[in-house]
Order: sequence, then structure tokens, then C-alpha cells
Amino acid sequence: MNFSHILNSKKTALSLILGVFLTFCACNTFAIQHEEHVKEEKNAEEEAFNPTTAILEHIGDSHYWHVLGETSIPLPVILFTDKGTEFFSSAVFHHGTEAHQGQFYTYKLVEDKIKAVDANGEVDKEASSHVYDFSITKNVLAMWIAGTLILIIFMSVASSYKKREGKAPKGLQSLVEPIIMFVRDEIARPNIGRGYQRYMPILLTIFFFIWMNNLLGLVPLFPGGANVTGNIMFTFVMSAIVMLVVNFSANKYYWKHIFLPDVPVWLYPIMIPVELIGVISRPFALMIRLYANISAGHIIVLSLISLIFIFKSIAVAPVSILFVLFMDVLELLVAFLQAFIFTMLTALFIGTAVEDHH
Amino acid sequence: MEQLFEGLLNDHLGFVVWAAVAFILLLILLGKFAWKPIMQAITERERSIEDALLKAEAAKEEMARLTDENEALLKKARIERDLILHEARKVKEQMIHDARDLAQKEGARMLEIARIEINNQKAIALADVKNQVAALSLEIAEKVLRKQFEDQAKQDELIADLLKEVKLK
Repeated sequence: MNFSHILNSKKTALSLILGVFLTFCACNTFAIQHEEHVKEEKNAEEEAFNPTTAILEHIGDSHYWHVLGETSIPLPVILFTDKGTEFFSSAVFHHGTEAHQGQFYTYKLVEDKIKAVDANGEVDKEASSHVYDFSITKNVLAMWIAGTLILIIFMSVASSYKKREGKAPKGLQSLVEPIIMFVRDEIARPNIGRGYQRYMPILLTIFFFIWMNNLLGLVPLFPGGANVTGNIMFTFVMSAIVMLVVNFSANKYYWKHIFLPDVPVWLYPIMIPVELIGVISRPFALMIRLYANISAGHIIVLSLISLIFIFKSIAVAPVSILFVLFMDVLELLVAFLQAFIFTMLTALFIGTAVEDHH
Repeated sequence: MEQLFEGLLNDHLGFVVWAAVAFILLLILLGKFAWKPIMQAITERERSIEDALLKAEAAKEEMARLTDENEALLKKARIERDLILHEARKVKEQMIHDARDLAQKEGARMLEIARIEINNQKAIALADVKNQVAALSLEIAEKVLRKQFEDQAKQDELIADLLKEVKLK
């Protein structure tokens, strides 16, 4: 894949958005191609603004939390290596320009990933494979901030339920209660049916955690702005938990449906693998859906902002801002919608797993 | 393919672990300190609202029942009153009727007694008058006789007549 022609023709916004759509992906393969591409780009036009890198940087994870202009907060780096644990601040990398001599290896930030390097500053693949990055990155921190916010909100709501026992909800409580009721009456009850109460905690946690992360992702200033739910690793964790919950709560009818489906026996060699793939593919779809939706929203907003820098003209700003405003409002809806869809499908999968037949 | 997954675990395992820890911690904490009390409170309140509604419905029914009962009682009372009034009227008429009867009878009886008394008194008076007349007659006769017998000749003559009459018999 060669995107240089798209990036070079900096006049057509459409092809830019298209190009961005095609290129967004945090996977290594793309990153490698991207790296080559960046080099080309650098050779061609040293000072040129590269929207792809800018956007990918913004939606990707980072060891720094960029606040404003040149200011960014360095985050703690925790590395588990075969020789021991390393702990230092990411400030030592100076935004990837410098290598850091740790206790066991020398480390360098390459594409915002920590790699072990040899004496010459080249990436040492053998050594790198022994280094596990457990840093508190921007996404980890953003996720924890969202979690803390949720904890604060719902604990205070819970305490007001205790204080105002039997009374009508008030304040934050009355804001939150309809949403809880929505999760219960629109998501859990119709999809799971009898015994839905058991799954209320996980459904509510999933819903509010995803929603809060989505919303914080839309805030461009410091505590927000991280693309947590648009990170495929995060959605992977969420959907893996969903898969575990679904399969561990499954009853015998669910397993019978997979291993002894109501088809002629000669179809079993086809049916059983298909059903087994279904077990995996449903949470897989959850993972991709959330990741792609949120990432796409962020990319569109960032692309629209990038237009200003591509055209190098402040005159584009009003148009960009107008479109961004529109997109942000849309994303506000998408933030809720994706949290809702994720939770609803979780409830649906749980529902199929615990359904009583006959 | 190898290149695709190269460094995947090294770079992302940490994030996966942190995310999983964050989510599970959140699930446990929220489950214990938020969802449980909130859901309990909501269920409890819903139940109490339902109870209250049911009770209100029951109270309404009770009220309707009471009103019905009252109405029935009132109706019954009215009928009873009418009955009593009717009876009283009947009694009154009866009493008047009886009184009149009695009065008539009594009057008749008294009239009878009076008549008898009058008759008695009349008889007594008549007897008295007769006696007086008899006494007067006797007196008169005596006086007449005395006058007549003042003359001796006449006495002799009468005696002679009487003797003659006795001899004849």
C-alpha cells in the first residue's frame, strides 16, 4: 500500500479523509509500512505537516500525555524484563529522541513503543522480546480516571439512596436513575429474561465504563482526549470478559446446541466448527464494532481539524470547526449508542446462553 | 505473519492486564458499593410504590363499599321511617276512631242513666205529689166531714143509713 500520492495531493479533502480511513490501524504491519512512508515523506518535504502521523499519534496510545502546545505530562514506565523490573519516568526519553540506559537494558521509544536497543542505538529484537511494557500509558491512566469518576459518581448516588430511602430521587441520583432503569428495562430484562438480576452489575459496569470512556475521549482537554474505547486492546479486554461471562453462565441447552445441534449427524463436521466459530466471532464482532466506531469518530474529527494545517490557512478554520462541531454532537450520540449496543449485545449473548428451552 | 505479531505481547500485554485489572476492580467495587444498594433501593421503592397503589385501590374499593353501604342504610332508614310514619298515622286514626266510639258509647250510656234518673225522679216526684194530694184530699175530706157532722141530726141520719145498709146485707 502506498499512500504518498494521497498525502502529496494536499488539495482534496475528500481523498484525505478517504486515505485516513484506509490507513487507520494501530497494527504493527501498518506501523511498519507507515514508518517507511514517514521516511519517504521526510525526505520529500522536511517541514510538511503529515496528517496521517498526526492523527495516528492522537488516536494511539502514548507514554506521554500531551496537554497543550509543547507541554506534555511524562507518565511512569514500568518494564518487566527477564532480568527484573524497571521503573522510571518517560521524561527520560525526551519524546523518543534519546535512549535511556536502564538497569538491565538500554531503551528507546520507537513509534512510542519501548524497545531495547544495542550500543549503536539500533533496535535489538532479541532483547526487546524479553521486555514487557507494563507502563501506565495515557490510555491506562485515562481508563483509570474514567473508572475513578464512575466510582465517585455511583458511590455518592448509592449513599444518597441510603440517605433518602424510600423517597423520590434527587440531584445526581435523578440523573443516573433513568439510565440505570434504561439498562435494566431496555437491555437486561428483554434480552436475558428470568434471572436478569444476576447480570445487572456486569451490564451496568460495562455500560457506564464504556460510556464514560467514550465521553472523556470526546473532551479535547487534559483529563479527556484519550482514545481508550477506540483502542483495540481495550475492546479486546472488554469482549474477552463478555465471552467468559457468557460461556461460564451457559446452561446445557447452549452447549447442546453447539455440540449436538438438531441436524443430521453427517452435518456435524460442518456444524460444530461453525458453532464454535460463533462462540468466538460474537465477542470478536463486539470488539471490532466498538473499536472501529470510536476510532472512526476520532479520525474524522482530527481530519477536519487537520484541514486547517493542510491548507495552511486560518480561513478554513470556521468550516472545520463547524464540521467538527457537527461531528462532536454526532459522536456524543455515538458514544451513548456504542455503549448501549455493546451492553445490549452482551445481554443478548447472555440471554441465549441462559435461555431455558422446553 | 510473524512480523505481524512481533512484539505484540511485549507492547500490549501490559495494557491488557491494566485494562482487565481496572475493569474487574471496578466491577467488584461498584458491584459491592454501588449497584447492590442502588438496585436494592430501586426494587424496594418500586415494590413500595406498587404496594401503595394496590392499597390505594383497595381503599378506593373500601370507600365505594362503604358509600354503598351508607346509601343502603339510608334507604333502609328512609323506608323504615316511612313505615313508622304510616303506622303512626294508622294508630292515630285508630285512636281517634276508638276515642270517638268510646265517647259515643259513653254518651249513650250517660244519656241512659240520666233518663233513668229522670224517670226515677219523676216517679218520686209523682209519688210525692200523689201523697200530698192524698193528704190534702184527706184533710179536705176531714174538714168537709167535720163540717157536715157538726149537726147531730145529720150524724144520726147517717148512722141510721149505715145501720140500715148493714141490716140489709
